[in-house]
Amino acid sequence: MYKFLLCMRYLKTRWIALASIVSVTLGVATLIVVNSVMDGFTTTMQDRMHGILSDIVLETRSQTGITQPQGYEERIRARLGDRVAGVTTVVTLPAMMTFQRNGNSHTQQINLIGIDQNTFASVSDFSKYLLHPENKKQLDFLLKNNGYAVERERMQPSGWEYRAPMARYQKVVQQRLRNAQELEQERFEQLQQKIQEETQASDGAQADPVAALMAGPGIQIANNAQQISQFDSEKEQRTGIVLGINLGSIRGREPDGTVQDFFFLRPGDDVQVTFPNAGTPPRGIDEQFTIVDFYESKMSEYDSTFAFVPLEKLQHSRGMIDPQTGAGAVTSIQIKLKPGNDLNAARDALRDEFPPTHDFVEVRTWRETQGPLLAAVQLETTILNILLFMIIAVAGFGILATFFMIVVEKTRDIGILKALGATGMGIATIFLGYGVLLGTVGSGVGVVCGLLFVWKINDIARVIEWITGREVFDPTVYYFDTIPTIIHPYMLVWVSLGAILIAVLASVLPSIRAARMHPVEALRYE
Amino acid sequence: MNNPDTTLHPHIPAPHMLDMDSKTASPYRVIRPEDTESLRTKRSANAGQLDPMITASGLVKSYRKHKTVVPVLKGVDFVAPKGRVTAIIGQSGSGKSTLLHLLGTLDQPDGGEIAFDGQRIDCLTARDRDAFRNQQLGMIFQFYHLLPELTLLENVLAPAMISHGLFSYLRNRRMVVQRAKELIDMVGLSHRMKHRPRELSGGEMQRTAIARALIANPSLLLADEPTGNLDHESGQIILRILRQLNQDHGLTIVMVTHDESIAQQCDSVVRLKDGKVERLPPTPLRTTSDAIRGG
Ligand SMILES: Nc1ncnc2c1ncn2[C@@H]1O[C@H](COP(=O)(O)OP(=O)(O)O)[C@@H](O)[C@H]1O
Ligand SMILES: [Mg+2]
Repeated sequence: MYKFLLCMRYLKTRWIALASIVSVTLGVATLIVVNSVMDGFTTTMQDRMHGILSDIVLETRSQTGITQPQGYEERIRARLGDRVAGVTTVVTLPAMMTFQRNGNSHTQQINLIGIDQNTFASVSDFSKYLLHPENKKQLDFLLKNNGYAVERERMQPSGWEYRAPMARYQKVVQQRLRNAQELEQERFEQLQQKIQEETQASDGAQADPVAALMAGPGIQIANNAQQISQFDSEKEQRTGIVLGINLGSIRGREPDGTVQDFFFLRPGDDVQVTFPNAGTPPRGIDEQFTIVDFYESKMSEYDSTFAFVPLEKLQHSRGMIDPQTGAGAVTSIQIKLKPGNDLNAARDALRDEFPPTHDFVEVRTWRETQGPLLAAVQLETTILNILLFMIIAVAGFGILATFFMIVVEKTRDIGILKALGATGMGIATIFLGYGVLLGTVGSGVGVVCGLLFVWKINDIARVIEWITGREVFDPTVYYFDTIPTIIHPYMLVWVSLGAILIAVLASVLPSIRAARMHPVEALRYE
Repeated sequence: MNNPDTTLHPHIPAPHMLDMDSKTASPYRVIRPEDTESLRTKRSANAGQLDPMITASGLVKSYRKHKTVVPVLKGVDFVAPKGRVTAIIGQSGSGKSTLLHLLGTLDQPDGGEIAFDGQRIDCLTARDRDAFRNQQLGMIFQFYHLLPELTLLENVLAPAMISHGLFSYLRNRRMVVQRAKELIDMVGLSHRMKHRPRELSGGEMQRTAIARALIANPSLLLADEPTGNLDHESGQIILRILRQLNQDHGLTIVMVTHDESIAQQCDSVVRLKDGKVERLPPTPLRTTSDAIRGG
């Protein structure tokens, strides 16, 4: 009984001992904040990835791809039964996108993905990330009139509303260019004639190399102009392409500091895509596409490389269609399972069905396809946790020192208690209990502080921004508007238990010392 | 351990009522048939025939610091008869406290035996010694040794809290607190119940220590210079309380002092010198009541 009473009294009269566990409190609070933010990032990222990626992917690296996808799909459905929620076939290949802007040619590397617009949305949240409301319902690769992300001023106008005036403007420019060229040609011919007359007059006929050179571009431009005129881009569109939004925009700041996306491409613009065909050796193919929508998953890696085009178009252009059967080859088959099914089990079943040695098909879960990234985040979290627990361990040494001081200070009390018949165990219990109490108070306060911090983290970030004048959480970098946080209850439990354990461990040595103290010497202690 | 025989009467007389008993008791009282009340009977017997409460024989104790050995007790024989007040006197550093600590099992002798009520206590296990101190002994010290974090009442309750676990304490709380209040009342401090030791005077602290020593209703009280740090007046109050306890309740007291006049008021005196007991020239055995009349 006296143990509890004395514990409480020591705590009550020595609040200063709490100072020694402020470090525990801080450590616990920091651990909670760091874990919540890391978990928030990871979970948001995983959710997004998982939304973008299907559950399981069958992939081949062969040039020709999977030539009979229909048969594969049947085998998959047979093997997985009613676990399957959706299957789609995809052609993925690296490609290059080129477009003209301000008279300059811009080139970007992209992941060209040929998708079946009817089934692709069934294996991922693909349509959720498109901008036009109609495309969100069903993508048809046709340019819409307008209505693309109306809340984004910088993207307006887009669609036909943008393409038609642009095309008209281009026509006028082309016309003027042509007129100018014709005029130039005329003047050039006159000049040439004049020179010819002069040279004939002086030292006989001799072709002028400068004149031959200058004649070249003029003809070429004329040819180009002819080609454009065959396709009326004011009324027609080319094959649709859905671009990752970062392929057509740059995130930056307005002069007033607000974060904005600046669009150099919009739905309605044409881009040129160069990709290899399925032949051996592969040859580059050029195709013109019209941007029909943007894809915004907020994962910058995907948003800055993905470009979706209709599957058949890609198969056709690449020569992946078997002339006899008419079946198009694909490079991967993506599968979505019904919720609650074990991905790894399904993967193993498929690996069994399609042995890698036989079909050169690789079966992976979405996690495995993103393995290195997820592993890196996991590693980061682990290291941070270890470091922060080191901080708490350091705090533990602080507690150890404080407790030794308290035991020394209480030497006489210990002697008195022993003279009154307290056992060594009883005395040890006082100080152990004191440690538990301090640890509990410290980690309790830490948990509360940590939770408050996490709860108000965005406000706190704003306050810090206001004080330091520097952005803590830069949305141009992170693609999150607010700091995502997730609090796992079990994390709270193990963090606070860990802190209490450290406080208890730190009080073990002083407790043993107190228990071993000789009563007479303790009583004689001044 | 609550033997009804030795339980203090709930209505303990206040110190100023001490002389009540002395009027009826004669100095050399022989056993009277009506004197059946516990230890009181034995008081009147001759010292040599009295049952010993605690005895020590051939006690040897030395302190070691590195290689130097400081011999303190070199074969001490000691007897404290039941129901008597025994004084231990000697010069400072003669080993009085050391002897008292050995008797109180706070320390262990290097040689010799100690018996309490006929039972060896020097070879008990640590746990049994702790229990023995808690239940059979009351101890008071020169420097009071109260726990500064606890109130007066809690200090008095401390031994009971030690002997009871949390739940058994809570179950017996009313009873124990009742007893503590009676004891505090007896030492005349009922109005200071909630005060901390640092708010009390030396005499008040020592009175608190006495109440604390009595809470478990012990049969032996060990007092190490209980008045050593007090002014004459406060010291006298302490001595009066001790005498009253001895007289009315037959409490056996072993008291260390270096004050000859105090020693002379006790039933018997043991003088320590050079680590040995120096018997005083035999003096007629006096009862406490005489001492009170004298002092
Ligand atoms: N821990 C110790 N180490 C060495 N010597 C000690 C120790 N404790 C007491 N002593 C010595 O033992 C002797 C007796 O001490 P003590 O019993 O306190 O004497 P008293 O109470 O009669 O004044 C003293 O000389 C003291 O110096
Ligand atoms: Mg002494």
